[in-house]
Amino acid sequence: MHLVIPLLIAAGLFGTGVYAVLARRNAILVLMGVELMLNAANLLLVAFDVWWRDALQSGQSLTLFVITIAAAEIGLGLAIVLLVFRLSDTVNLDEMRLLADDDPVVQP
Amino acid sequence: MIGAVTGLDILMGVFGVVTVGSAVAVVTTPHLVRAALYLVVTLTGVAGCFLLLTAEFLAWVQILIYVGAVVVLLLFGLMLTRAPIGPTEESSRPRRLFAAVVAVGATAVLVAVLVTGFAGEYVDLDGAAAGGAGTTGAALFETWVLPFELVSLLLLGALVGAIALSRSGDTARTGDRDRSGSGSRRAE
Repeated sequence: MHLVIPLLIAAGLFGTGVYAVLARRNAILVLMGVELMLNAANLLLVAFDVWWRDALQSGQSLTLFVITIAAAEIGLGLAIVLLVFRLSDTVNLDEMRLLADDDPVVQP
Repeated sequence: MIGAVTGLDILMGVFGVVTVGSAVAVVTTPHLVRAALYLVVTLTGVAGCFLLLTAEFLAWVQILIYVGAVVVLLLFGLMLTRAPIGPTEESSRPRRLFAAVVAVGATAVLVAVLVTGFAGEYVDLDGAAAGGAGTTGAALFETWVLPFELVSLLLLGALVGAIALSRSGDTARTGDRDRSGSGSRRAE
């Protein structure tokens, strides 16, 4: 198999993830974009591991760790999103100003 | 020198088109629940890519954790935040344009680097599988034991953190109610 094919898939996944993080306003959809980018990194790691025939299986072990960390991240991220939703009744990232100053200059 | 295109290449290309196509659907559809369902297709496509690259164990881990757990969590999040069923409000056109420009730029840079670096390289898949449960497990528990244990600690920390966050939300809300209650009492 040509190595570039999985690499191109990973590049496409990363680009869509970047678009989701920048363009979406719903916090949960932004988390989905982060997942897409993490999957692109995983695909790169596995492709290079298999291509290199790494004796230590570094790429696949790192992919397992990334999957675990992504699971932890999505759990914490959703906990924060739900907390913000209960406090301010919105998951729209543009309206989340809980940490903002009360300075009238920075208010929209 | 570029080798012949084999059936595996074509299969991988099909998987890639499905994966990236449904990823684009995830980030462009205005329906929130449909985005989560397209995400299932994308993550399964990535698992198929792992399987084609003979990383068998990771493919099943991907199905179990991502498709089984993460998407369910995301769907629960959508439900608990009272996501509307119909199409939702999109962000403004200039911002979407800006995001598309940045995303296409990032993809173009990645594609340029990867293609100039690795064009013509060939993955030899004829030998033993790169990652069955046996080989991956042996590597994980011989070479990577310490990071593995650290990851378990991290998971424990994330669990405790998530519980603490949801409980602090309770106290914050009752605190609000107390404050509003005392305010109304004062008004009386």
